[in-house]
Amino acid sequence: MAENKNLISGATGDWEIVLGLEVHAQVASKAKLFSGAATEFGAEPNSQVSLVDAAMPGMLPVINWFCVEQAVRTGLGLKAQINNHSVFDRKNYFYPDLPQGYQISQFQQPIVGEGAIEIDLADGAVKEIGIERLHLEQDAGKSLHDQHPNMSFVDLNRSGVALMEIVSNPDMRSAAEAQAYVKKLRAILRYLGTCDGNMEQGSLRADVNVSVRKPGDELGTRCEIKNVNSIRFIGQAIEYEARRQVDLIEDGGTVEQQTRLFDPKTGETRAMRSKEEAHDYRYFPDPDLLPLEFSQEFVDEIAKDLPELPDEKKARFINDYGLTPYDAGVLVGEAENAAFFEAAAEGQDAKAVANMVIGSVFAGLNKADLDIADSPVSAAQVGQLVGLIADDTVSGRSAKEVFELMFEDGPDQGKNPAVIIEEKGLKQVTDTAAIEAAVDEVIDANPDKVAQAKERPKMAGWFVGQVMQATGGKANPQAVNKLVMLKLGLE
Amino acid sequence: MTDLTQLNLADARDGLAKKKFSAVELTQAHIDRVSASSALNAYVLETPEKALAMAAESDAKIAAGETRPLEGLPIGVKDLFCTKGVRTTACSNILGDFTPPYESTVTQNLWNDGAVMLGKLNNDEFAMGSSNETSRFGPVVNPWKAGDTALVPGGSSGGSSAAVAARLGIAATATDTGGSIRQPAAFTGTVGLKPTYGRCSRWGIVAFASSLDQAGPITHTVRDAAMMLSSMASFDKRDTTSVERDVPNYEAALTGDIKGLRVGIPQEYRVDNMPAEIEKLWQQGIEWLKAAGAEIVDVSLPHTRYALPAYYIIAPAEASSNLARYDGVRYGARQQGTDIDDMYAQTRAAGFGDEVKRRVMIGTYALSAGYYDAYYVKALQVRRLIAEDFTKAYEKCDVLLTPTTPSAAFEIGKNVEDPLEMYLNDVFTVTVNLAGLPGISVPAGLDGDGLPLGLQLIGQAFGEETLLRTAGVLEQAAGFDVQPQDWWSA
Repeated sequence: MAENKNLISGATGDWEIVLGLEVHAQVASKAKLFSGAATEFGAEPNSQVSLVDAAMPGMLPVINWFCVEQAVRTGLGLKAQINNHSVFDRKNYFYPDLPQGYQISQFQQPIVGEGAIEIDLADGAVKEIGIERLHLEQDAGKSLHDQHPNMSFVDLNRSGVALMEIVSNPDMRSAAEAQAYVKKLRAILRYLGTCDGNMEQGSLRADVNVSVRKPGDELGTRCEIKNVNSIRFIGQAIEYEARRQVDLIEDGGTVEQQTRLFDPKTGETRAMRSKEEAHDYRYFPDPDLLPLEFSQEFVDEIAKDLPELPDEKKARFINDYGLTPYDAGVLVGEAENAAFFEAAAEGQDAKAVANMVIGSVFAGLNKADLDIADSPVSAAQVGQLVGLIADDTVSGRSAKEVFELMFEDGPDQGKNPAVIIEEKGLKQVTDTAAIEAAVDEVIDANPDKVAQAKERPKMAGWFVGQVMQATGGKANPQAVNKLVMLKLGLE
Repeated sequence: MTDLTQLNLADARDGLAKKKFSAVELTQAHIDRVSASSALNAYVLETPEKALAMAAESDAKIAAGETRPLEGLPIGVKDLFCTKGVRTTACSNILGDFTPPYESTVTQNLWNDGAVMLGKLNNDEFAMGSSNETSRFGPVVNPWKAGDTALVPGGSSGGSSAAVAARLGIAATATDTGGSIRQPAAFTGTVGLKPTYGRCSRWGIVAFASSLDQAGPITHTVRDAAMMLSSMASFDKRDTTSVERDVPNYEAALTGDIKGLRVGIPQEYRVDNMPAEIEKLWQQGIEWLKAAGAEIVDVSLPHTRYALPAYYIIAPAEASSNLARYDGVRYGARQQGTDIDDMYAQTRAAGFGDEVKRRVMIGTYALSAGYYDAYYVKALQVRRLIAEDFTKAYEKCDVLLTPTTPSAAFEIGKNVEDPLEMYLNDVFTVTVNLAGLPGISVPAGLDGDGLPLGLQLIGQAFGEETLLRTAGVLEQAAGFDVQPQDWWSA
């Protein structure tokens, strides 16, 4: 393995952080894993609860095959082993938001086995993070402690919602790597459409296992930080927790195996329960459910319409469009962005389109806090504008103005760039006679400058600027430059 | 008019068809008899108004010529079956006055076929017991008596067996996890049929041990059992362990012809200390079947002696998890506590009886880290071996004949302090549940105290037709037509 450049320093030397993640990704399914109840976010409490979800006596779970398909699809996207035979187990513990008194999960025989994800490191290198497994399980409900002075309320809307728990190997060595891993995993899930990846709504959340060691040593004792729900918080939680462990060890203490919580308000982690207080979950195969079995044809059918995934798309953008790895990486981060770029690039100079998408479009959307789907400027308009620059209809400088006008107008106006250029008179002047007249005018008006320019040829730039100003930026800069040099006798 | 409560299911059906009496009359006769039978404690909830309304509907159907298979036939329902709008408690305090907003698949099938519900029948709490003494509503008393001694009706379906024996319902639904249909049937001179696992849907039946539970009927005759099963059985997509398979007309299987049928006699069922009269009855059964043209074959089920220990790991393990939902949070009875853990503890301590607590603790222990492999995994291995025993035996025979129980009904209270003795009641029946096979108990004779004894036939998976046909022959040969003396009617 390559040398780790992400060591953190302590009083006794450098320390290496070892990270493994368990990501819970909500399956993008309208119905729950074992019941037909709806899964929509933000519904009235307890309005999406079936008899099964509430664990009424005699109710039985029935597998939702759509969720099984999504798990297989995700497994294929992670280039992982698909297990045609897997088993649902019961994980037994008492909690008010767990109506059955057990969570149906997969313990010894998950639906998906080993796979891998490649992440891009800051130095441009690529690192592979191993996936240990992916299994299907039920989400729990939600306890509400702030509704009554001395009672807790329970909302079972989430109870039974399908989750994919995706477990990585302890392959990450820095907060940045963990963040890159979650971003990449999220992108893959969103490409596949198997999870919406919405971390704010809890559709994607991570348990982060953190340990530290001196480079080359055995693995240290780990702490698990539960339910971290943003990429920023994942970074903060790791930084804090690693530092806490290093300080603890260097002060002569030992790290205790614990489950911890991250508090976004303080940026700190705190102990939730220790190993001694850990539950004995008494896993055993759920006798209400037969083993989950499907044929290879079932898997092959799903594999058939797997979309192009981020890595493949990036490679294609580099090869087919000649983009830099960086630009390609930025564009494939979200499938919608990549699609926008491809639509804009059709028949145009792809590199120029990539520049405009990353520079103008993303910047504009960012500033206006808009999604690409709501972009006031369409992909077609971006393509047209790049085309108008390429054929000298508009100068790059004026094009920026055109873009801003389109962006302000928004999709309702929907004016194409050619229309705006026409209306605003921004068309680039390529008529040599007109430019020549403008050049002559400036030269005639500034004999002293002409004299200076003869001495110092760099002064030509001043003339070009004056001409551009006089033409309202519409003159073709190359043409102006050429004429100025000619007229000043510098060529 | 003859006493309508003396009719069996098939005769009552025929009488209704011939308009000898109405469904309302038939139902009223049973309602009257039920209301006078509180000494037996068979019913925990009577639903006379519902019964009469259903009977009136049946009369209308009959008048319209739209008679369904069980039209107008009044039956009792074990309190383990969820019944829409009718209190369902599994005879446990923890369910309080729980009234389900849904109907179990099996009972819905029965109502769809025209059956009439008389009420809910007593059972051991959560079906855990072999004597119907663990019910929150108190013990059921067997209509059969040995002298003046009050006897148990068997369990867990003791309310069902007592009700049918005492003619408080022409038939009853029951459930069988380790013998809970067949043992009470044997104790009360009734027929008890446990179908193949997956034949009836478990949806809406309060779960005890999911991999073993199966619904079935307790009836007067084998024909009645066939009629009931034809209605109760169905594939149900809400229960993924139910099997997608056509439901035959089981009554049509009762041809009375078993010539050439190979009946296996498992040598391992000759247990120590088995009463001579049970041994004798078993021998008698062999002779009856032989006389009817069956071929008798000795077979071996070598792992039989491990069945009971394996059962008492697997069933409690599943139960410990299945009963976790009774936590006082959403329905049923709740005891207040100082915090959430205390609320759980208080609720479950007050809500569960001793036997249920015992099994929840056994099951929790068996599934615990460090014990799981030694107990639960080992028990599953035994279970597989037992199933293989049957598979091998069925290479040599078509059905098996055994006693149903190692004794006749015993005195109320006799085994309450000795759970192991109580568990031994299931010794001949649990293997059938572990292997998922169908079994039926047929009343075959009386012991020296004048108490009924049953013989058990065990079939192959989904071999209910052969099983019922053989049972019909056995029933005919035994000619069991004794009824308990009515000492209970008030």
